[in-house]
Amino acid sequence: MSSDNHLIIGFVPLLDCATLIAAVEEGFMAQEGLAVSLVRETSWANIRDRLMVGHFDAAHMLGPMTVAASLGIGHPTMPMIAPIALGLGGNAVTVSNSLWQDMFAHGARLGADPVIQGKALRQVIAQHKQARRPPLTFGMVYPFSCHNYELRYWLAASGIDPDRDVNLVVIPPPLLVDAIRDGQIDGFCAGEPWNTLAVEVGAGIICAITQAIWRLSPEKVLGCRADWAQRHPELLAKLIRAIYRAALWCEQPEHHAQLAALLALPRYIGAPTETLRRSLSNQLRYAIGTSLVHIPEFFVSARHAATFPWASHALWFYSQMVRWGQIAPSPEAQQLARATYRPDLYRQALLNTDVQPPMTDFKTERTTDHHFSLPGEDALSFAAEGFFDGKVFEPTAVDEYIRSFA
Amino acid sequence: MPDSSLRLLLIDQNVTRAAILEDGLREAGHSDVTVVRDMQNLLKRIVEVQPDVIFIDLENPNRDVLEQMFQVSRVVHRPIAMFVDKSDADMTEQAVIAGVGAYVVDGLKKQRVKSILELTISRFNAFNQLRDELDRTRQQLEERKLVERAKGILMKQCAISEDEAYAQLRKAAMQDNLRLADVAHNIITAARPLM
Repeated sequence: MSSDNHLIIGFVPLLDCATLIAAVEEGFMAQEGLAVSLVRETSWANIRDRLMVGHFDAAHMLGPMTVAASLGIGHPTMPMIAPIALGLGGNAVTVSNSLWQDMFAHGARLGADPVIQGKALRQVIAQHKQARRPPLTFGMVYPFSCHNYELRYWLAASGIDPDRDVNLVVIPPPLLVDAIRDGQIDGFCAGEPWNTLAVEVGAGIICAITQAIWRLSPEKVLGCRADWAQRHPELLAKLIRAIYRAALWCEQPEHHAQLAALLALPRYIGAPTETLRRSLSNQLRYAIGTSLVHIPEFFVSARHAATFPWASHALWFYSQMVRWGQIAPSPEAQQLARATYRPDLYRQALLNTDVQPPMTDFKTERTTDHHFSLPGEDALSFAAEGFFDGKVFEPTAVDEYIRSFA
Repeated sequence: MPDSSLRLLLIDQNVTRAAILEDGLREAGHSDVTVVRDMQNLLKRIVEVQPDVIFIDLENPNRDVLEQMFQVSRVVHRPIAMFVDKSDADMTEQAVIAGVGAYVVDGLKKQRVKSILELTISRFNAFNQLRDELDRTRQQLEERKLVERAKGILMKQCAISEDEAYAQLRKAAMQDNLRLADVAHNIITAARPLM
């Protein structure tokens, strides 16, 4: 429980909790007069429950999880908000060595376009079906996660039905590497450092990165209960400012070594420092024995308005929840989903600073090959973004978008 | 009166804790208790047991796996997380503090589950106490070993008796306002040959 300026924030040991940890360890919280205790959790369900009973004031959360909590899917409703995001992108699909061999035989290549990898996977699945082999199993971390939706998006766009042609199961991140090594799963979609760790022990090959599936896709957020935010507007504003500044700090390459050492501590992520440093610097090795590839903007912590909680992101999650049958469509649910992301609170907190957040709450997600700016926002640069299959998400036409998948 | 007709499933990787809870539930008249330790084939077990109430320890990273099973499976009655009702906020918090998560099949009357949840919370708390005591005992044992080793070093280095060595340790501890084990640790470290 918050008392005065003391906050308790929960997190799950993943690379994208970096901003939160830097905010505490590098003094950005203290600058705002906040004393923050970070509590490590083992499951997303625990994070949700501890927020619910008030043990946590705020937490590192999967973006779609805040929307699911507000909508009351899977458990009774708890109105939540996401007033700041903790970065963009950073996920990848890793497949087992044997699946990769099969995919390779059908044209998949290291670092190739997701269209090519998806086509190869579809052919492998067709072959398995003919041979009456059991369907492939893919792991992801939570039903209400960008990993789940990104994996499904890629599969479906490649002509693979994620509910019929493969098994999708939830596996906690720390168990993913063992699961793929032991053959329990044939692949998984997760954030770092889990893809890199699977490659390093020779258990898998990174076959697609989310940056190639959906450039600058949304990921984690800081989540808190809507009623908590209402009762503590000042604390929340401080929290937003501290996290905003920490995100800028995390993005500076000269801080990556220090940040990696911090995250390597057992009380945070507890993975090898060098692995974390490489992940922070957006360096990936697709397969063991191959050279490191630098992927600019694989994970982005601050640039391109990476901390801005776009209401359009919440609407996209809603579209996927409907698409995959997690919720029945309704105007009310759509409105509730949209209202979970709070760009207004973000702007308010950064008022009277030199930061210029986007003036609009929504952006269209489309493939672009050039840098562009939203109308009236020259100060911000947006990188090329959008979905690999060229589909456009227009946040003013969500229902049409959902229908387009039918 | 215990509602003995309810089917209970307990998922806990800790054998001792699971046993403590199972005993408690049986004593209270709940004969239909299934304990599962590993997650392999869990869905199959759930389908077989058709539990009305499921408990899982909160240290278990597989909690998210369990929740997904409820989400996707059409063969399981959909249980929902119990941490919800405003009227139960207190008990919910007690459960989280004790470290147990509960799921009940949608539509089950709250009164039927209340006593079971209370019992589970108290047994989890009893286990936590046991564990704390065990940790303390273990630490004491470790500390005693350190003191023994430090005494041995002093006896050898200063050619003194065991009682004298112990007296020296105590004196040093009092002088520096340290715990006996800390002084012992320092002596052992200092006596370690340089690499």
